[in-house]
Amino acid sequence: MNITLRVWRQKGPDDEGRLATYKLTDVSPDMSFLEMLDVLNEKLTLENEEPVAFDHDCREGICGACGVVIDGEAHGPERTTTCQLHMRSFKDGDTITVEPWRAQAFPVVKDLVVNRSAFDRIIQAGGYISAPTGTAPDAHANPVPKPDADRAFDAATCIGCGACVAACPNASSMLFTAAKVTHLGMLPQGQPERASRVVKMINQQDEEDFGGCTNIGECAAVCPVGIPLDTISQLNRDLLGSLSKGVG
Amino acid sequence: MSEYDFFIEGDPIRDEKAPEGPINERWDKRRFSAKLVNPANRRKLSVIIVGTGLAGASAAATLGEAGYNVTSFCYQDSPRRAHSIAAQGGINAAKNYRNDGDSIYRLFYDTVKGGDFRSRESNVYRLAQTSVEIIDQCVAQGVPFAREYGGLLDNRSFGGVQVSRTFYARGQTGQQLLIGAYQALERQVAAGTVQMNTRHEMLEVIVVDGKARGVIVRDMVTGEIETHFADAVVLATGGYGNVFFLSTNAMGSNVTATWRAHRKGALFANPCYTQIHPTCIPVSGDYQSKLTLMSESLRNDGRIWVPKKHGDTRDPRQIPEDERDYYLERIYPAFGNLVPRDIASRAAKNVCDEGRGVGTSGLGVYLDFADAIGRMGQEAVEAKYGNLFDMYQRITGENPYEVPMRIYPAVHYTMGGLWVDYDLQSSIPGLFVTGEANFSDHGANRLGASALMQGLADGYFVLPNTINDYLADGPFEALDESHPEAVAAKEQVTSRIDKLLSIQGSRTVDSFHKELGHIMWEYCGMERNEEGLTKAIERIRELRAEFWRDVKVLGTNEELNQALEKANRVADFLELGELMCIDALHRRESCGGHFRSESQTEDGEALRHDDEFAYVAAWEFGGEDSKPVLHKEALEYEYVEMKQRSYK
Amino acid sequence: MAITGAILVLYLIAHMYGNLKIFSGQEAFDGYAHSLRELGYPMLPEGGFLWIFRLVLLASVLIHIYAAVTLWARARRARPAAQRYKVNKRVARSYSSYTMRYGGVLVALFVVFHILHLTTNHIAPGGRSDSPYERLVNGFQPEFWYVTLFYVLSVIAVGLHLRHGIWSALATLGANMSRRQGTLNAVALGIALIVTVGFLLPPLAVTFGLVS
Repeated sequence: MNITLRVWRQKGPDDEGRLATYKLTDVSPDMSFLEMLDVLNEKLTLENEEPVAFDHDCREGICGACGVVIDGEAHGPERTTTCQLHMRSFKDGDTITVEPWRAQAFPVVKDLVVNRSAFDRIIQAGGYISAPTGTAPDAHANPVPKPDADRAFDAATCIGCGACVAACPNASSMLFTAAKVTHLGMLPQGQPERASRVVKMINQQDEEDFGGCTNIGECAAVCPVGIPLDTISQLNRDLLGSLSKGVG
Repeated sequence: MSEYDFFIEGDPIRDEKAPEGPINERWDKRRFSAKLVNPANRRKLSVIIVGTGLAGASAAATLGEAGYNVTSFCYQDSPRRAHSIAAQGGINAAKNYRNDGDSIYRLFYDTVKGGDFRSRESNVYRLAQTSVEIIDQCVAQGVPFAREYGGLLDNRSFGGVQVSRTFYARGQTGQQLLIGAYQALERQVAAGTVQMNTRHEMLEVIVVDGKARGVIVRDMVTGEIETHFADAVVLATGGYGNVFFLSTNAMGSNVTATWRAHRKGALFANPCYTQIHPTCIPVSGDYQSKLTLMSESLRNDGRIWVPKKHGDTRDPRQIPEDERDYYLERIYPAFGNLVPRDIASRAAKNVCDEGRGVGTSGLGVYLDFADAIGRMGQEAVEAKYGNLFDMYQRITGENPYEVPMRIYPAVHYTMGGLWVDYDLQSSIPGLFVTGEANFSDHGANRLGASALMQGLADGYFVLPNTINDYLADGPFEALDESHPEAVAAKEQVTSRIDKLLSIQGSRTVDSFHKELGHIMWEYCGMERNEEGLTKAIERIRELRAEFWRDVKVLGTNEELNQALEKANRVADFLELGELMCIDALHRRESCGGHFRSESQTEDGEALRHDDEFAYVAAWEFGGEDSKPVLHKEALEYEYVEMKQRSYK
Repeated sequence: MAITGAILVLYLIAHMYGNLKIFSGQEAFDGYAHSLRELGYPMLPEGGFLWIFRLVLLASVLIHIYAAVTLWARARRARPAAQRYKVNKRVARSYSSYTMRYGGVLVALFVVFHILHLTTNHIAPGGRSDSPYERLVNGFQPEFWYVTLFYVLSVIAVGLHLRHGIWSALATLGANMSRRQGTLNAVALGIALIVTVGFLLPPLAVTFGLVS
């Protein structure tokens, strides 16, 4: 396959960026998108041009490190992570535009690499269950109905990649926050902190300059692990409950 | 040439901390004999923890909660991305919730046997004891383990055992456990007890007066080389499987932290013990950057086979039952498809070497779910393995519900690592090593679902009960950046970076890494022998020299420079690779994941030589261009009788 | 946003019900309009209910607009103009959600015109009248086709606004669950369609001479 790439190049956080055009020949349809970028980088290096910086690590779709906007879609045309996207999803002769996640809360570090530490701070604000090591009762002390456990699990599969923010027209992180609120809120262990958790996490989210949620649904549509959109409603229910009880 | 041309034998060593007495009392004894630190004094004691996987995040969260002043580093942009996250299958615990005869003793026994009698009894017993607490801890943190309709936890069985003791969260157990530890860690960050530094890579350890007192790290965004001091340093930096270039490790997984510590005096134990995982997706082309594991839990319901005929290229669905060779079930009727990983991997290699491999490369065997789908229905199979099947389909473009999967072994885990005593302290006082980074409790082969168990055991329960024995003597003398050892360590780091950037040769870092990987896989992979290993050592030396002459790294240090990061890591892999080959060469026996073709039974199974090799090989760095020094730690078995493993 | 939106939607439904009285003739329509003034009488002075109602509506509109402007400003801050994507693609978003903000502005302008036209009668194409029925009939005569066209376009804009607005309000108020997501969207679409058609019928009927 022959592919023309238009890749966002930006030297550093405060530098101007631009789209640079590169041509690649001999791209195999079995390559992953990132392997295609590896090939580009090998070529650039030998041509004395600095390779394109992009985040990636596990390359099996679970660590959440990778993520770029491909032709206007977060993670590209398939519902998966960029590392699991394969070139067979493109056609010979395609021109592909590759841009970084765009959000004020995710400043560009270099090229396609952005800083997502805002997500960590949202978790710090309350995305946990306080259970100091050694204090736990027996694992079977609290049975969890299977549907609750399954829903908690579905929400807990969030990989924190940030595609939801990247795709949201408001650059809102609501799906990320809602996934955590739902995960912990479905479990008996998560109940004691449930009311305060949602308020603290929402406050932190607002402080990070994420936009507000207007229920457009792009987030869930691009989510590589399929975090359901209704987690946002669950968050809202929890939030209304907390506010009406005067929490926060 | 004999193997003695490659190393020097030094004095034997012992684990001085290991308690004696009845095995089930040893951990209690050690906890009781260890010095304690008064909670009020903990704030004055600082601990650096490098790595935020299961072993690092759990240790940071626990020590932070206990009141120590913790500084944590990871190279990823968030601690949540450490590679523990990719573990799929599950975590073992001797809960005996199934009432199927499991016990702490049986988990201990299975692990010692699975490790082919090359691990320490005391450590393994402690691991089995601790396993029970881990599950409780994780459930309390909100880890959504799989449950049954009654609301209680579900279990499944895993390779190498006959009981159901594996707890799991669909095919994403590592992710869920790590997120639990990560959340506990972030809670401590918020509480101010842990200072988290992401996108920081440790490049050197600072040793002052024989004690580990700090690290040199590079801020991967600005390139700043920073000096950090503490009263103790913990390395939880994972394994070194990426020395093979193609492995199931993350692209960033590397040996640098442990290797730099090794060069500063920490012994490196059993480097040649690598685990080749039997169920990975086969290689598709030379652009391939990594291999993807399919959880071994698939072997619970999938059946492994190859055609009986050589070079049978028919569609697998067209091959009739009697022309298929379910070779694991045939050779190992008792364990069938659930034999330990090393055995399953080698069996796959053998049938492929015979020319019966499948797929275009001939390097693959079928993992077939047709029977399972017939027996349980597609829905049940989907519920159990859905995400793995989806992943397989995404990568290969084939639908595994219809066509059998193709699998092939790939490097997955390294049992070797820095030598530690019962307290998890390395041979450098004050330098502790947890998780895969230490030479651990797995001996020569790790059983499935035991890595997560060990990482969390070390981080939540072992280290927090042993590091106090060392810290009780602190706080140690305050240091500043002008200390000669700190200056020297920093200078080592900067001069190496300057060197890498100044060569401006003609080959990319990846091209060296790939070549190293080929050498390692060819000669130090599933099957090793004297001739190949000798050749490999020679070729690695040449390659290393060429690397330092001809590598091409563009850009500067003062920016995000991923090529420079890789170059730093590959430089260390090029040294480690040689030591692995020397270790493999010196161990003239087969055991677990280490298979020497010169040492096998008549029917091709690994043949140990317990009289000669029942020891831990702990290697001391001999100095630049000098031979490494071998220290032997004898292994004694008081409880489990050493015998030839048999899974037939 | 959701609560004020919900008030406005309920009002629109009532308003539509009133409008449709046009098909029952001048007497019924004017009578209905008058009865609104007498609602609550004598507990309230004449027109009292109507004014309370108008105040609630005005407050809702203002809060709704304030919330919308705030959300819009947050979105602008969350992704400033300099950080827009070079290539954009809508994956899940509907045309309706895409037009919420600018459509909302159009609707607001229309409401002002609409009040000046049919409530205060400051704008009176076809002649002023004290009868609401006549105001309506006069305003939408065929020769004022542009008034009708503007009305039609605006009502369609209202419909699009409701299509996403109702769904979004329900989701924000916590009503969405995966099993219900389709139903909620159907409800939003249904109400939006009914309101749109309900508002389009009277003026079109006038323009095409079915009501005179």
